[in-house]
Formats: sequence, structure tokens, C-alpha cells
Amino acid sequence: MTLNSLARKYEPRKVPETKVATSAMIASLAAEGYDTVAAPFGHALVDCARKDERIVGLSADLSKYTDLHIFAQAMPDRFYQMGMAEQVLISAAAGLAREGFIPFATTYAVFASRRAYDFIAMAIAEENLPAKIICALPGLTTGYGPSHQATEDLAIFRGLPNMTIIDPCDADDIADMVPQIAAHPGPVYARLLRGKVPSVLRRHKPDYRFQLGRAQMIRDGRDVLVISTGLMTMRALDAATALAGDKVDVGVLHVPTIKPLDVETIAAEAAKGGRLVVTAENHTVIGGLGEAVAGALLTRGIAPRFRMIGLPDEFLEAGALPTLHDMYGLSVNKVAERIRGWL
Amino acid sequence: MAMTTQAGRIPNLSLAQRAWNIRRKALLMGEVQGQGYIGQALGIADVLAAAYFHALDYRPEDPEWEGRDRFLLSIGHYAIALYAVLMEAGILPENELETYGMDDSRMPMSGMASYTPGMEITGGSLGQGLGIAVGMAMGLKRKRSPAFVYNLMSDGELGEGSTWEAAMSAVQHRLDNLICLVDFNDQQADGKSTAALATGDERAKWEAFGWHAQRVNGNDLPAVVAALDAARNAPDTQPRVIIFDTTMCKGVPFLEAREITHFVRVEPDEWGRALAVLEEGYPQ
Repeated sequence: MTLNSLARKYEPRKVPETKVATSAMIASLAAEGYDTVAAPFGHALVDCARKDERIVGLSADLSKYTDLHIFAQAMPDRFYQMGMAEQVLISAAAGLAREGFIPFATTYAVFASRRAYDFIAMAIAEENLPAKIICALPGLTTGYGPSHQATEDLAIFRGLPNMTIIDPCDADDIADMVPQIAAHPGPVYARLLRGKVPSVLRRHKPDYRFQLGRAQMIRDGRDVLVISTGLMTMRALDAATALAGDKVDVGVLHVPTIKPLDVETIAAEAAKGGRLVVTAENHTVIGGLGEAVAGALLTRGIAPRFRMIGLPDEFLEAGALPTLHDMYGLSVNKVAERIRGWL
Repeated sequence: MAMTTQAGRIPNLSLAQRAWNIRRKALLMGEVQGQGYIGQALGIADVLAAAYFHALDYRPEDPEWEGRDRFLLSIGHYAIALYAVLMEAGILPENELETYGMDDSRMPMSGMASYTPGMEITGGSLGQGLGIAVGMAMGLKRKRSPAFVYNLMSDGELGEGSTWEAAMSAVQHRLDNLICLVDFNDQQADGKSTAALATGDERAKWEAFGWHAQRVNGNDLPAVVAALDAARNAPDTQPRVIIFDTTMCKGVPFLEAREITHFVRVEPDEWGRALAVLEEGYPQ
């Protein structure tokens, strides 16, 4: 008997005329037209650790795929290889934090949010320990399918008291967040872009600097306000450039800190007259930035026209990342197209 | 080395008398609430007496003294037993005994780090203590501290995969400052632990994972003391585990004889009777 949900695997396929390689897990995220920075997290952590002896690094067999190998090579006596064992990765980080260290523990976002959740909740968050959990492959950043696509991690961690949650947009966000989260006295979950990471935000706003807990306008616009986080801020900025050609003026408010949410800035911008407000996130539309913003605005009596861009409530397809970003509406073209359709 | 800091402050009692005091305090707390994990508390009292009055180094007046040996209670529901020994050791005030499990008490039913002096971690989500102990043992080595980390866990926690992740990790990182204490009373929520998951020869299993392993009768005080000494003084770089076979409700024969379950039922009038039975057996 074939389950209906599995029947598709018996349909034969043709070889396509144009071949598109699936994205390997080590692939860097492509963003056309921007300079890139190699391993911004690894280098920033080394800089930070040189100034603060309490910092140690741990990985569950994914140091190379989270850029922590840069730290491991620079400071081998401060790096712990924990093996393919996410539960002890997290509980050991808790123990190190308890002994006065600032552990940076890395793995993929799926493994931290799904497998190690109880350990993050009870060993780290409940005791408000300063452990930092840094996770690659957030949302839809691999074509490997649901086993590696952390599409609901923000929803999972938003419900966890004490947890600070960051979804950085680019190499500069990542480099600047490292010393700030190291200095933060509580636990942090940060999504990570690794490898060659584009430098985007300062191209659009040269004096932009990541500030923990702050949302910041990257560009102003009269017609539409996009409130975005993570790599969707890149997409929103490029979509805004495209829409400017159609005489649609799009503002972009970048919200790298998902929790605690900068409600004051978000509410103030959303209340500015008559703009369509669109949230954009590399995450399921359930329980992420969009719903957080909607709840914050509604409780303050601010009710603009409101739309959400994010991943559907589905297990996503495997395939090539650009195809998937188009299919699920995260590409620049799809973002621009949907905003046009809503005007 | 142990207890040097307590000289003159706590009367010089034998370990058997300490264990008796721990049992008595646990029964008094059980009486306050009319319930509690009294079977486990009575069973582990000898191990706790030997740990706190023979093996561990600590300062009752400064529970967070940097040089202390760390004692982690992975099994949060054993809190009643740990509160008893913390009172006996002078870390918790005995006059708070009757607040056990009440609103605003510092002694909640399941142990939590933020409530109780001397409670190092929040246990209760079983299978977490040993992993946290691994991280603390790593941290102590980084600080070149001679302190040990003790993790008290239950036989039921041998069923958690995270226990074995931590067991491998402790060997990988040569944590000879880590001592795991397993209370083997063969009783978990649904019945006998050995009937729930095939844990096999538990001592051989720990040895196969690379640990210095011992298994002794956890209600035989000289054997418990000898095992703790052997664990602390083992010459190699392995982490150490002691499996203690214990008898639930030890010290109160009419409860020992009862059909033993994870949550031993004690009728309201039986707390006083249990205390009376215990009184008769005060060790000389």
C-alpha cells in the first residue's frame, strides 16, 4: 500500500534542458551585486575572544559549517569538539556558563531547535545563563529538504522566556552582533549565514550599525513599509530598488532582534500615515516576525493595511535554492511582484 | 579535607547518625505535605550522608564558595532528600523545614537552582544532569580548580540517550574530576526500571564507555565510603561512576515491606508511626 502522501515518488521525471545544481550545504548564500566577507562570525569571535578570556567555543561536529573552525584554529585550547551529540553540546555549554565562561555553541538551526530544545529550555534559559547558541541554515537556506530547513525555529524560541533571538541580515550584522551578544548577560539564539556572506546594509545606509534590541530604518518610503528580518531585509531592499523604477516608494525597517522586539520603533513607523505594511521573514508565517508585529500593532490600536511574506505552513521541497526561493516567494522578484499586487 | 571548614560548628556525629537525621528530616517534610518521594529519600540517605559528611568539601556559610565540590541533583524529585542533607550540613536553615512545598518556600517539590541555597542546577527534566556536569567539569579544569563535580542520577535516567552522549563526552575530554552517582533502586514511574528498558549489565556498560566503574550496596555505609574514596583517588584520567543498589524506604521496615512503587503511598496517620519506628533505631 502506498500512502497518498508518498505517491509522488513513483512518478517518473524527465531530465531538464537547463540543469541547475542543488545547493550544497556548504554553499554561501548568493546575493547579486554585493561584496562578500568570508566567515564573518568566525573572525568576529576570534577578535572578541582575544579581549575576553571567558569566551569558549563548542560545536557538535559542524565547526566547518558554522565558521567556528576559524576560532578553533586560532584558539585550539578554547575550542571543544563535542561530536555529533547536540544534547551534551547544549548541556555542557550550560555547565561552562555556570562556571563563569561565555560559551558559543554552534550547530544547524534544525538540530538546536528540534533535538536540543529541552536542554536549551531547562539547562540554559530557565536559569538565564549567558550561553550563546549560533545556528547555520536558518529557514530556507538549503535545498536539502525539511531535515535541514529550520522553518519554525523562531516560533519555537519566541515562546521561551529569557531568550534573546537574532536573525542577522548580512556580514556586518554578524560581525557587529558577536561582541554585543557576548556582553549580553543572558542566553542568545542567533541565526547564522556562513561562508561568503554578502555585505548589504551599509551599501544602502553607510552609517548603519547593528544594535542589539533595536530596529532601524534602512531606507524611507512613502507608499509601503516593509518590516523585515534576516536575509529578507536584503530581498526587501533589492525589491524596493526595483519598485522605485515603477514609482513605488518602499521603506524598509530592519528588525534583526526578534526578541525582545523593538515595539516602539515598529509601532512608530507603522503609525506613519497610510502606508501598506508588509512583514518579510525567512521563516514560516506562523509564530515568527509577522505575527509578532501584528500582535504588537493591534494591542496598540495601530491597524494599517497589513500583509505577511514568509514561508507557507508546509514541509518544503528539496531542490536548487534559487528555484525554491522563487517557489516560496523569498526571491527579489517575488517580493516585488507581491507588493505590486497588494497596492 | 572534607568538613575542615565546619569544625566546631556541627556536632561530631557518626555517618550513621547523619543518615538517621536525614531520614528523620525527610519524614518530617513528608508529614508537612502529606506526600513526597519518601521512598527515594529513605533509600538514598546513606549515600547523601557519606557524600556530605565524608567526601565533599564545602562551606556551609558560603554555598557558592568557588573551591567547593559541586553536587548536582539531576533527579529533581529527590529534592526532599537533598533538602534534608542541606539542613543537616547547615546550608539550609532547619526552621524552614515546615515550609516544604508551600507557596513562597525555598524548598519546592522539585529542585531548582534559583530557589534553594546549595541546589546547583534545576533538575527534573531527567537526563540533563550528567551533561551539565560535563560542562562544569570542563570549566573547573579550565580554571585549574581541584574541585570535583558529583552528579546524582537515577537508574531511570540510564534510559535517556543524553546520559550516554554525556558519558562519551566525559571520557573524550578526560574528566577525571567528574563522579557520577547512580541510585539504583530499580523503580521508575511505571514499575521496575529493569523491566522498562534493557539496561543490561550496568557496570560493564559504563566500563565499556570508558569509565572507572564500581557497584556497591548503597545502604552499607562502609561500602559507600570506600567507593567514594576509590572514586576520588583513582589514579587514571577517566571519569568515575558508582552505581549504588539501594532499598526504597530503607530504615522504616513497615514501608520497606509495602508494595514498592515510584510514589510510595503513606496514609496520614503513618507519618507519625514511621517517625516512631525510626526513633527506635537511633544509631549509637
